[in-house]
Amino acid sequence: MRLSMDLELQDVPGQLLLALQPLRDNKANIISVVHHRDRKTPRGNIPVRITVEMDRSRLDRVKNQLEGNGVVVVRAGEERFKEEVSLILVGHVLHSDLGDTVSRVDCTGFAEVMDLSLSMPGIDEPSSAYMRIRATGKEEIHKAISILREVGAQKKLLVIEPIELEAA
Amino acid sequence: MREVKISLVGYGVVGHGVVEVLDRKRKALRDMGLDLKLVSVTDHTGSVVADDGVEGQKILGERTLQQVSNCEISSKEIIRSVESDLVVEVTPTNIVHGQPGLGHMEEALSQGKHLVTSNKGPLVVAYGRLKRLAEDHGVSMKYEATVGGTMPLISLIERTLVGNNILGIRGIFNGTCNYILTRMTEEQYPYARALNEAQDLGYAEADPTYDVEGVDTAGKVVILANSIFDMNVKYGDVNVEGITRITPEALLLAKKRGYVIKLIGEVPALTVRPMLVPIGSPLAVGSTLNAAAIYTDLSGTITVTGLGAGRIETASAILSDIVSIYRTKSIDSIS
Repeated sequence: MRLSMDLELQDVPGQLLLALQPLRDNKANIISVVHHRDRKTPRGNIPVRITVEMDRSRLDRVKNQLEGNGVVVVRAGEERFKEEVSLILVGHVLHSDLGDTVSRVDCTGFAEVMDLSLSMPGIDEPSSAYMRIRATGKEEIHKAISILREVGAQKKLLVIEPIELEAA
Repeated sequence: MREVKISLVGYGVVGHGVVEVLDRKRKALRDMGLDLKLVSVTDHTGSVVADDGVEGQKILGERTLQQVSNCEISSKEIIRSVESDLVVEVTPTNIVHGQPGLGHMEEALSQGKHLVTSNKGPLVVAYGRLKRLAEDHGVSMKYEATVGGTMPLISLIERTLVGNNILGIRGIFNGTCNYILTRMTEEQYPYARALNEAQDLGYAEADPTYDVEGVDTAGKVVILANSIFDMNVKYGDVNVEGITRITPEALLLAKKRGYVIKLIGEVPALTVRPMLVPIGSPLAVGSTLNAAAIYTDLSGTITVTGLGAGRIETASAILSDIVSIYRTKSIDSIS
């Protein structure tokens, strides 16, 4: 099962290792580690979000071990995708390896493609795809959009993003 | 009664509109205390000069001034030698070098004449230089019609929203693109067919590149960036994607999920690109309409919409710029 945890580490060397060790000991497969070295919490700690694949029954043990290592566990549990975004891709969406396009988002650990519709008017004509992506937060949505922008530039796809209704 | 002598440079579609609107609104303007007198009209074929005022009805039937010209000197010479208070510059736009409009504008401002224009090119190429020239000579430069056509944007920000910090502007600034996208959405037309229809109706030029490749919108983004955000940017600084790659299938997929696709210009992001806009959002306007959302610190988001182009509509923005020059009272002069 995919789980995520928000941790706070003290700003001293070696802390990340202390956070990862209990995961290794409990056979967790680490999907992503997002380490915000430059963004401290009010307590002066460094926020870290770790996404893992592991057996849920081991979660309490991992939490106890983390806390035993002096790591603050702010939240731990099932991955919560809080934000969603719709995008349209136009071009040779299928023949530019759609599977790869999707997995470039999915492999982040913080975002995934949850809906995909494809419209192909004819061979050699550009196809169009609607894609809905969900992610763990607003920032992660922006990162996922950036990834698709890069993929679009590489694969000559037009990526139509949603307008933001608030000021940037 | 305040008499204002006006030289009109450029007698194409917009130039005709200006002559017609000045003629039509003469009485209302006089009631307002303004006697706007057209003392010269110039195009590439010649000029009509009349110290006591060019009669609109005598030239409105002429496509160019060739048959009615009474003065053969160059347009710059007209600007210099004809006694006028204000120059309206509406020659065809060129976004690369800004000419011939740029030369006309520099001449007008250097001569200490107010300038009102709908011509984007010179402002895209040399906004900073023109602004300094206007300041150095103590005259006004007004250009509302260059950005949103008749949609009030610059005057809204400079006057009504004065005191606000403008955080950003996003909008639809090209009626041709909006018409094509609207028809592709409504009728499931392919791009080429919607473009043909727009051309048949006179909404798109025979060579539509300028509109559909996003060049026109990018020019407007540059003008807004330099004038509202003081950014000193050039056309090349804008990241531009037009509407030519959009398919009817993309529009249909978007519509099923509650979106329309619009060509959106963004400042200060300096981008022009097709974007998904939620149906029902104030920016989701159809046909040839323009719309802009202005994000402010005090007033929240203000959205305006209006016709982006058209002979009379553009002339209306020009008229309102002219009147605003003479209605402005500086804070110092209020007792």
